[in-house]
Amino acid sequence: MDRKQCIVKLFVQPSRGLVDENFIILVQKDLPGYQLTVHALHKCEDGHSWEAFGHYISNAIGTVNVSEDPSLGGTYSGVEQMGLLWSLRPVPGSKPGLRLRKMNVQIPMEVTISVYQGHQTEGFMDQVPLASVVVERWYMAPGVSRIPITEDGLTATLFLPPGPGPFPGLLDLWGGGGQLVEYRASLLASHGIASLALDYLTPKITMETRKMVDLQYFEKAYKILEQHPQVHGSSIGMLGLSLGTSITLKMAAYSEVMKLRCAVCISGSHVQPVDGSMEDILKHFNKNADRTRVSEENEFIWRDLLLPVPSDLAFKVDMGRLKCPLLVVVGEDDQNWPASESAMDMKEMMEQAGNSHLLTVLSYPNAGHLIEPPYTPHARASLFRSMATREKMMALWGGETAAHSLAQEDAWRKLLVFLRENLYSGTNPGTPSLSHL
Amino acid sequence: MSPPTSPILSVQPTRGLVDEKLKVVVESLPPGSPVTLHSLHHSEDEDYWEAFGHYVSDFRGMVSVSEDLSFGGTYTGKEDMGLLWSMRPVPGSRKGLRLRKMNVCSPMLHNISVYSGHVSEGFREQTPLTSVLVERWYMAPGVKRIDIMEKGVRGTLFIPPGPGPFPGLLDMWGGGGGLIEYRSALLASHGYVSLAMDYFNSQELESADLEFKYFETAFNIIKEHPQVIPDRVGMFGLSLGSLVTMHVAAESTIVKPRCCICVSGSHFYPNTFFCIAENNHHVWRDMWIHLLDDPSKKVDVGKINCPILLVNGKDDQNVPADECAEDIALLMNAAGNGHLLSRVLYPDTGHLIEPPYSPHFRASNFKAAGVATKTVMLLWGGQTKPHSDAQEDAWRKILSFLQHNLYSSTPPRAKL
Repeated sequence: MDRKQCIVKLFVQPSRGLVDENFIILVQKDLPGYQLTVHALHKCEDGHSWEAFGHYISNAIGTVNVSEDPSLGGTYSGVEQMGLLWSLRPVPGSKPGLRLRKMNVQIPMEVTISVYQGHQTEGFMDQVPLASVVVERWYMAPGVSRIPITEDGLTATLFLPPGPGPFPGLLDLWGGGGQLVEYRASLLASHGIASLALDYLTPKITMETRKMVDLQYFEKAYKILEQHPQVHGSSIGMLGLSLGTSITLKMAAYSEVMKLRCAVCISGSHVQPVDGSMEDILKHFNKNADRTRVSEENEFIWRDLLLPVPSDLAFKVDMGRLKCPLLVVVGEDDQNWPASESAMDMKEMMEQAGNSHLLTVLSYPNAGHLIEPPYTPHARASLFRSMATREKMMALWGGETAAHSLAQEDAWRKLLVFLRENLYSGTNPGTPSLSHL
Repeated sequence: MSPPTSPILSVQPTRGLVDEKLKVVVESLPPGSPVTLHSLHHSEDEDYWEAFGHYVSDFRGMVSVSEDLSFGGTYTGKEDMGLLWSMRPVPGSRKGLRLRKMNVCSPMLHNISVYSGHVSEGFREQTPLTSVLVERWYMAPGVKRIDIMEKGVRGTLFIPPGPGPFPGLLDMWGGGGGLIEYRSALLASHGYVSLAMDYFNSQELESADLEFKYFETAFNIIKEHPQVIPDRVGMFGLSLGSLVTMHVAAESTIVKPRCCICVSGSHFYPNTFFCIAENNHHVWRDMWIHLLDDPSKKVDVGKINCPILLVNGKDDQNVPADECAEDIALLMNAAGNGHLLSRVLYPDTGHLIEPPYSPHFRASNFKAAGVATKTVMLLWGGQTKPHSDAQEDAWRKILSFLQHNLYSSTPPRAKL
């Protein structure tokens, strides 16, 4: 066919968006019933290439609308507006165990969206597409300030929303992999919450002294937020994922210094030595290291290390002491932590103590451990260097891609509503109570 | 202390192209309370531009700019983009300013804020309740910008992302001269290889012969580019650029544009630039009228044989656009090629019909070519609201005209 007459127009809006914004992809080709493949390519900061693709057929006027038309195959199927992002996976030939994480939030992720002729499944790089555009995905909205925090021995980054403030504040904690991971905090600041991403496993002070931080480290971080002129001191929450949940619950229940307005716990547990330090907590997990299972693909399953949930109150946070609303998010296929079982026990404890009205549990079938901001590609397993063992191993996180991606999208939306409800005053009349979610 | 009662402002997209619509929503306001939505821009020339609308929140505590009425400010009524198109220099600014983005590789930044009550002045002295920063881009990600200095042609070429090949456009501004890139950058963001040309240096008006060969060379630079489809190159001109476009389309034996867009143009060959002053604003419109009767002074539009779209404002104070369009239609019908002509004429719209949401200026400073190097205040015409509506509508029609004539695989038809 004459190349000139096969002009395809590809349209993606917005071409520059935040990572949790949807986009619309339209393909216009003047031929109805035409088979084409819409493809996404992203080269991450580590230099690895990730791709996703869907198979479409143009309609009677020669158009494909990714938000309305079903993908008939590829890395995702069905009507999936954002499938080209959440189903991204390392290109064939990549090394195993990769996980996509943005470390530099000041520049966007660049994704190249292309259209290829026919229904293709491989060899995209060896062909010339019919059309392609570049889309930017940002973790930081314009005007958000990024402020490294090093006082009081902390290793942290504060993200402030644009505007005069004052803003509600949030302490943001990741899990056992350590490092200073900023992307969720910068995204929350883009939604109006002054957020402090805190490195508590590999901060400068630990790297230099070889000693883990004490619990005052977290209280110092809280104070930085509380005393900041642009943060509303009595409106500070805490969010933790995985090991971050352990810290969050400990602080929410026992800290005299932290007056948390609300807390969010993702994929974690309340099981820990109640009077323990950071070292004690990690040692406790390792006690049952022999309960580690290995899958057929040599992936490590660590969920049993904390099971069964103890009845001994010395080994789980006293949930009855909680005085602030708590949102617990769990994936029912979490292979890394026994998040579901812990959530059930937390609920029971709170019902007995009479404060269960504070608790909301979001439990997602077929979702795994790494419940990230929406459209982050799902990693069922990846290479993980545990701070406890210091070895790099293939950890099984769990989850089935489509269900996990849906969970991420839903959990994030509900998390934002929860934070807004609890960190800003005045519920709008007519807003349903979150405990019925 | 109770938690903050600040309202929540959300603007989407936070990083958009200049022709994309904004969705501005404020929530968590006290119900039924007056607020002002304000936008502030600090231009490359260091001037401040602002727009604002007076709103009242509904009983859910919300204001949605696309749905609610503005009761006052720089715009009134239901105006989803009023915060951009009604911008004007802040009180105390220099006179005769025009807002134009010269560096297209960086975005325009707008501070959108919410103030308590209905405020009309002194915004800088007050603290808003909340504000966000919004980026507006002329260039989509992946568009390439290439300086052109070739065969005597000076300009900037913008190439869309992707393998191509793409249709092409020669993009020409008016008698103010200089190299203005933003419309080309925006056209490339819509899939056209676009060459912004620097062809009219106001210092050099003496040779009022705009060298014909220069435009043919420029056209061919686009046509011969490896990423351009050679028989899908069009021409886009505003003001003097329209004249060039019509002239080339009619007279060139070398260059055959696939289609032409002429915004606020006349088909007269200019000989002098004398002016009639009105309130110290130079009005050029009326001096052209008498030329209508002299065929030797006009482009022979009967010879144009490609689709041509004329976009004009009825209140154009710079050229008699309405009368010219009528005359062009007469001439083309007489020559039997009237079916190639499409025209739109916007009421209360002035000369500078720019990409949508650009602020309107009824007059601005202009270096009058040929009148030594004096800068005068030139009257362009138009009333802000109808002119802004016209810009939005015209851009949509222009893009669909280009899509139809340069992208569609069926042979081009003339009428829109």
